[in-house]
Amino acid sequence: MPDDNFSAMRQSIIDGAPDTASELALHAVSAGIAPIDAIHLGFVPGMHEVGEQFARGQMYLPDMMASAEAMRAAMAVLDPELKKLGTERPMAGIVVLGTTKGDIHEIGKILVGTLLTAHGFRVHDLGVDVAGEKFAAQAQELHADIVGVSALLTTTMRNQKGVVEAIEKAGLRSQVKIMVGGAPVTRRWADEIGADGYAKDAMSAVELARQLMQQKAQGAVVESV
Amino acid sequence: MKMRPKLQLLDQALIERILNEAFQLIEDPGVRVAPYVVDLLRAAGISVKDGVAHIPELLARRLLDLAPRGFCLYDRSGKPAVRYAGDDVHFDPGSSCLNILDPETQQARPALSSDLVRLVKVTEMLPQFAAQSTAMVCNDVPPEIGDWYRLLLVLWYSEKPVVTGAFSASSLHTLLELLVIESGGRAELRQHPRAIFDVCPSPPLNWSEFASQNLVDLARAGVPAEIVSMPLAGATAPVTLAGSVTQHAAECISGITIHQLAQPGSPIVWGAAPAIFDMRTGKTPMGAIETAMLDVACAEVGKSLGLPTHAYMVAGDGRLIDAQVEMESGMSAVLGALAGINMISGAGMLDFLACHSIEKLVIDAEAIASAQRLIEGIDGRSDSLAVAMFAQNGLQGDFLKLKETRALFRKEQHFPSAVIDRGLPQTDGATPDILQRTRQRVGELLSAYERHPLPPEREQALIAFALREAKECGLEGLPEILRPEYVHEPGLI
Repeated sequence: MPDDNFSAMRQSIIDGAPDTASELALHAVSAGIAPIDAIHLGFVPGMHEVGEQFARGQMYLPDMMASAEAMRAAMAVLDPELKKLGTERPMAGIVVLGTTKGDIHEIGKILVGTLLTAHGFRVHDLGVDVAGEKFAAQAQELHADIVGVSALLTTTMRNQKGVVEAIEKAGLRSQVKIMVGGAPVTRRWADEIGADGYAKDAMSAVELARQLMQQKAQGAVVESV
Repeated sequence: MKMRPKLQLLDQALIERILNEAFQLIEDPGVRVAPYVVDLLRAAGISVKDGVAHIPELLARRLLDLAPRGFCLYDRSGKPAVRYAGDDVHFDPGSSCLNILDPETQQARPALSSDLVRLVKVTEMLPQFAAQSTAMVCNDVPPEIGDWYRLLLVLWYSEKPVVTGAFSASSLHTLLELLVIESGGRAELRQHPRAIFDVCPSPPLNWSEFASQNLVDLARAGVPAEIVSMPLAGATAPVTLAGSVTQHAAECISGITIHQLAQPGSPIVWGAAPAIFDMRTGKTPMGAIETAMLDVACAEVGKSLGLPTHAYMVAGDGRLIDAQVEMESGMSAVLGALAGINMISGAGMLDFLACHSIEKLVIDAEAIASAQRLIEGIDGRSDSLAVAMFAQNGLQGDFLKLKETRALFRKEQHFPSAVIDRGLPQTDGATPDILQRTRQRVGELLSAYERHPLPPEREQALIAFALREAKECGLEGLPEILRPEYVHEPGLI
């Protein structure tokens, strides 16, 4: 398979073209390209480019959502191929995501979930109006690395604190990183309630999640030492 | 007769298309409603399946006709002070903010009850604001009583009407009880309502349990409700401005349907807090021109139905009091006034409604005064516009001496406060910047403020009720009203 096709894969993600991405993934499989190469040399560089263009203000949220959809389409072809080979794509981390109790807004959370998924995280979206205890129970059951809590309203933002407390109460605090976000949320608020991080938008939530995974890995090294 | 300057963004044909599609939407796909109102809707013949009501246009139109075309809010003395009708325009500060720009540091910090009291006093002194709002959530009182405590402080320190709202279905009754005590009874409150309650559907087309219940309970109490529908163009509503205005209309019509079924003729407002969804940041810029266009267009649709209107404007998005924030706020004040929106909420707010500022409120009041002057329009004043004055003066150009000049200049010109630099000499020869001028103005307004107590028996009843409610949440005393050490003072309660 000519190297050009890796460029085409990358471009299909930048263009936000799920049909093209899916076709290119199928071609790669039939041409005997290792699925992991198609992912890492073709599609993932596309997502990186999208992230960079977004950060430079050259791409917009609908473009990014389309790119994430194209990535999902490509992975729908390549994930089963990886499984057939007895492997799977290296996962960036497990994230349990939800909107806090009393709040039914989820557009920001959906954006974060979509981008985290596109960047290799396994995301479990608990939906809206989620109590702290449910966040904790799901984090325990799914062995989550990160819990992400969204709130749109000044009145429901306070319930993010309840999620931190529920995770502490469940004895999971040392294993689970907590990130918070939403329109009224600030870094100061995140510090005040004892969260590990605050992201002002969906793209910075991806960067934050990566940093938290690094911190977690370093923590594990320190603990093992 | 003098022309009233007016801004219109929609022609009649587009308004009709918007309403036609809004009526289509409330029937199919319908509107998500809470169990609290299902029986009420079904009893009126509305089909409700899987929590979704399918409202027929004919019925919705009949109920729209029952909603009052106008009503008043009253001040504490019982005088009408805000008229929700026609093209009357009023302003009030933005509401329910968690943070305030600290007056000294100009950095955002959690708001306290003392901040709210300062804001209420300043608002009380500014004639540009016809109404107060329950502007901030006080972080020094328990969150469980956060909503009604705001109203208590406003009722205590102000005589103006209040734009308020409950944070839950159950707390609405505590807020209503405060108003009943303050008004002297349920019938008095119904007859001369001092407050109006914002009630927000969740976009798209969803009347949650809390919002549905508030609509019904307010209608039955005869206390005005203000639907504040908040489509986010491109996120929780169609990306086109016309599409978002259509969704807004559908949310308002479905809300009015619920409200009028609960109590026909109860006062209700076609209100809005729409915004565009910024496709770079995912933020909801309140200062964007398209957000203001949405506000104006939503109000136009409400006016076409003859209903009272509201919008959320005069807010800026920067984090500090700067040129951006004031450009956005001033522009939006002018547009809202030109649109003839009955109540325009939002002054004082910045940082995407995340922060309040008393200093910004005072600067906004100047923009509002200019907008108010603008909508007074241009008046010929006499039979001769200029010829008679030239007849006295010839070509000398000395109009300053004319008696007409002295008689009319106060009507023709608005004189801003010293917040606006018009070149007035400063006492110390310094040239203070706008923040310094504003701080001085805030200080002057606070010094001039004087609290007018309620009749003693109502004041006692209000305190006794508030103390009981506060105590249940572990709060001793009432911050900014009654210190804990005086709670058990003999004869006080």
